[in-house]
Amino acid sequence: MSDPNDALASAKAAADRLVKAKRLNACLTPTAALRKSLVTQAQAAHPSGVLYGMPVAVKDNICTLEFTTTCGSKILRDYRSPYEATAVAKLKAAGALIAGKTNCDEFAMGSSTEHSAYGRALHPFDKTRVPGGSSGGSAALVATGAVPAALGSETGGSVRQPASLCGVVGIKPTYGRVSRYGLVAFGSSLDQIGVLGRSVHDAARVLSVISGRDPKDSTCEDRDPLRLPNVPESLQGFVIGVPKEYFPADLDPAVRRACDRAVRLLRELGAAVREVALPHTGYAVPTYYILAPAEASSNLARYDGARYGPRFDGSADVRALYRTTRGEGFGPEVRRRILLGTYVLSSGYYDAYYRKAQQMRALIAQDFRNAFDRGVDLLFTPTTPTPAFKAGEKLDDPVAMYLSDIFTVTANLAGLPAISIPIGRIKGLPIGGQLIGQAFLEDEMLEAAYALERVVPATEEA
Amino acid sequence: MSATREAVIGLETHVQLRTVSKMFCGCSAAFGAPPNTNVCPVCLGLPGALPMPNGLALQLAVRAALALGCTVHPRSVFARKNYFYPDLPKGYQISQFEQPLATDGSLSYLSPDRGIATATIQRLHVEEDAGKSLHDRFPKQTAIDLNRCGVPLIEIVTGPDFRSPHEARAYLLTLKQVLEYAGVSDCDMEKGSLRVDANVSVRPVGQPELGTKTEVKNINSFAYVEKALTVERDRQIALLEAGGRVEQQTLLYDAKTNGVRPQRAKEESHDYRYFPDPDLPPVVLREEFIAEQQALLPELPATKRERFVEKYALSATDAAVLTADRAVADYYEAVVHAGAESKAAANWVMTEVLADAKDHGDGLRVPPGALANLIGLVRGGTLSNQAAKRVFGEVAEHGGEPRNVAEALGLIQVADTGVVASWVSEVLVAHPAEVARYRNGETKLLQFLLGQVMKVSRGKADPKLVQRVLEEKLAA
Repeated sequence: MSDPNDALASAKAAADRLVKAKRLNACLTPTAALRKSLVTQAQAAHPSGVLYGMPVAVKDNICTLEFTTTCGSKILRDYRSPYEATAVAKLKAAGALIAGKTNCDEFAMGSSTEHSAYGRALHPFDKTRVPGGSSGGSAALVATGAVPAALGSETGGSVRQPASLCGVVGIKPTYGRVSRYGLVAFGSSLDQIGVLGRSVHDAARVLSVISGRDPKDSTCEDRDPLRLPNVPESLQGFVIGVPKEYFPADLDPAVRRACDRAVRLLRELGAAVREVALPHTGYAVPTYYILAPAEASSNLARYDGARYGPRFDGSADVRALYRTTRGEGFGPEVRRRILLGTYVLSSGYYDAYYRKAQQMRALIAQDFRNAFDRGVDLLFTPTTPTPAFKAGEKLDDPVAMYLSDIFTVTANLAGLPAISIPIGRIKGLPIGGQLIGQAFLEDEMLEAAYALERVVPATEEA
Repeated sequence: MSATREAVIGLETHVQLRTVSKMFCGCSAAFGAPPNTNVCPVCLGLPGALPMPNGLALQLAVRAALALGCTVHPRSVFARKNYFYPDLPKGYQISQFEQPLATDGSLSYLSPDRGIATATIQRLHVEEDAGKSLHDRFPKQTAIDLNRCGVPLIEIVTGPDFRSPHEARAYLLTLKQVLEYAGVSDCDMEKGSLRVDANVSVRPVGQPELGTKTEVKNINSFAYVEKALTVERDRQIALLEAGGRVEQQTLLYDAKTNGVRPQRAKEESHDYRYFPDPDLPPVVLREEFIAEQQALLPELPATKRERFVEKYALSATDAAVLTADRAVADYYEAVVHAGAESKAAANWVMTEVLADAKDHGDGLRVPPGALANLIGLVRGGTLSNQAAKRVFGEVAEHGGEPRNVAEALGLIQVADTGVVASWVSEVLVAHPAEVARYRNGETKLLQFLLGQVMKVSRGKADPKLVQRVLEEKLAA
C-alpha cells in the first residue's frame, strides 16, 4: 500500500472489524474513539513505511500516546502515558496504525485474561472458554481477523500460550531483541514484547520493525533490526531436538498426537529430528514463580496513589493512602504475587528462595546451551499442555493456572526466542506447537516456522 | 567518670557527583531550579520508563574511589533498595549492595588528638538520590519536589575509626578537600551535595569490643557535625553511667535544640529487600579505563603539601594553609613561577590574597604575575610594605600593573640621597629643640625626627635611607 486512500480504507475497515469483535471484550479502547484515532493516524501515516496502513493492536501494558495505558488494572484507571513505548514509536514510523489497546490479565499476571479489572476476554470460538493470557485480548483480536497482528508481552509465555489457545502465531523474541522502554514492567529480567499474527509472516514483519537497538533501554542489545528470512524450500540441514521432558507420560494424548504429526512433517521437510534432554525443566515453574514475583513486588511499588492513578482514600496519612490505594487498586492475583515476591526477597529468606532460584535459572539456561552445543539448531515442543480451558476453571487454583505456562517459561528464563504456530485442532479448539531457537537466531527459527506452517494441517483434528 | 569512656564513630558520607545530568536520565542535576521542573518519565518513575547509566558519573565515582586508595572492582552491580516513601517515585532507590564499585581504601587526616591518623574506607558505591519532601511549604500538607530525584551520588563508608567528634570532623574536612581536589564534587553541604550519617557508640577506654551503636541522621551542615556527635556521645555516656543501656536505633539530629530524637516508628528503616536491578547490566570496567581515570587524578592535597614543604622551604603549617584549596595552591605556584621569592609569596597569599578572596568572594582577583611584580617592588626597596598593601588593594579593585599603580598613587619610595638629605635638613631646621635634646643624649627622639621626614616626604622616602642620613647629620 502506498496510496494514502488505501491507508484510510484500511483504517475504516479495521474499525468496522473491531466493532464486530466487541463481544469478545478483547479491545479496551471505546470504539468511537478508536475509529476517530485510526482515521487521524491513517492521514498522518508514513506512506513509505514497510507497514504502511497496517492496523496493529497493542496490549494495554505498552505505553501509547493515542490511548490510555491501564495494564488491565484499576490502579491505572484512565492513566495516559506522556510518552510512548519505543516499539510503538517504531511501528508508527513504519506507517502502521495503532488499532487500540487490548485486554490482558492485570499487569500481565495470568494465563487466561480473566484477571482484568475490565472484565474477562472471551475465546473467539467458544465464549465459555478463555483466550489464554496474559495477552489474551491481542490473541483473540488476531484470531477473529480484526487485525492482522498485535503486540503482546511475555514474562512466562503470555504471547505463545494465548496464541496456542486461539490458533494464531505468537513470537517471543530473544531477551534484548526488542526495547522494553514503555513496556510496563512486571518481571524485568524476563519481560519482552512479542507479536501475535495471523501468519508467521505477519508476526515476523512486525517483529522486524520493532526490533533493534534503543538508547533508552540498557538491556536492549546493540544490534540492527531483525532481517526476515526467505521461506525455505526444505529444512535440509536443520537439526531439531525434541526434549523428552516436554512430553511427560500424562500429556494430553491429543496434544501428543498433534505434536507427533508436526514432528513427522518436520522430518518430511528434511530436518533431522533428535531426542534431547533438558534435565532441569521440572524446576522451571517454581523458579519462575520466585523470580517473576520478586521483581514484580519491586516493579509495582510505584503504584501508591501519590503521584498518578486514582487514590482510593482522601486520608492525610500517607501510610493509609498506600494501604487503601494498593489494597483496592490491585486485584487478588497481583496482590498474591506482590506478597510472594516480598516474601522471597526478605532478609532471612533471600538465600533460600531468590538466590537459589537465580542459580536454578542459570542451570536451566545451561541445559539449552548444552543441547545447542551438541549440534541441535532448534527445539520442538507443545506450546501448552491443553487447548483453551473453561472460564473460571482454574481461577480458584492458582497452581493449576501457573502450570499452563509449563512449556513456555523456560524460554523466558533462558532468554531464548520461541514461536508458537497452530498445529491442529482438538475437538474444534486450536493447539499450538513451539519452536525454541538460539539467542538472536530468530531468522533460523522463523525459517523452520515458515516451512512447518506451509504444510501443517492447522485446522484439522489431531 | 566520662574520661574513662571513649566514643567510637563511623561515618557514611553521601557526595553528589559533579555531572550536568542525572544518574539515569538526561535531566539537569542542577541545584535550585523551580520544583519539579528537572524531571522526565525516567526520574519520575513513570510506568514503563527505564534507567540508562550516566557514563560521566561512573568516571567521577571511579576517580573518587582511586583518590581514596580504594580497589575499583572490574565488575559491580546495581541493586534496588526497596522502601515506600512519597519522594521515592519508583518505590526503590537504585544503589549498589553486594557488589559495590570499590572497597578497601583509606584516607590519612590530621587528628586533633592523635596527629596523623588513617580512616579506613570500607566501601564506595554509586547510587541515585531521592526527591525532597517539603513539610513546611503548605499547611498540613506535604509537597514533593522531584528535581533531586536521580541525581548521582557516591556513598563513602568508613570503619568505626574515629575516637571523638572533632576527629570525625577532621576526617570529613580532609575528605571534602580530597574530593574537591579530584574534581568529583563541589562538596557543598548547604546545597546538600555532601551529607553525613554517623554510627556512634561508646566503650570504656581500652576495651576492644564495640558498644551498642546508634545511627545519627539529619546532620545538615559542617557546623553541626561535631555538635551532633558530641550530643549523642554524651547522651550515651550519661545513659550508661546511670546504669542504663544504649538501644540500637536511628536518631535524628535537631539543630534548633541541639538534641537528638528517635526517628518515628513510621520513618524507621525496614527490610530493604535488596536485589540486583534487572533493568541494568552489571557495570564492567576495563583495566585501561581505570588506569585512565587514575591518570586524570590531579596531585592530591597530602602529596602537594609535602612537595610544598620540600620545594618551597615552607613550614608544614604554611604548606597546609596554601594547599587547603586547589585553586589557592595553583595560584601560589603561579606567583612563585612568575618570579616571586617563595616565602614572601606564601606570606602574601596567606594574608592579603586570602583576605581579599574572603571579603569579595569572587576568587583570586590579582593576577599571579602582578602579585609577583608587587613582591619584587617591595624586595627592591621601591615600595614600602604599607604602600604595597595599598597597591594590592588598588590592583584587586581596578586592575593595572603594580608599578604604574604605585606611581599613579605617588607611592614609589625615593632613594635619591640628595632629595632625602634636603627633606632631612628641612626637618632639622624646623625642630631645633628636639635636635638639641637628641644631641644631649635623648636618642629615642630619632624615631620622632624620622617620622617627621616621612611626613614631609609624604611617605615616599625610603625609611632606611632616611635613618642613615639623619644619623649622619645629627652626628655632624
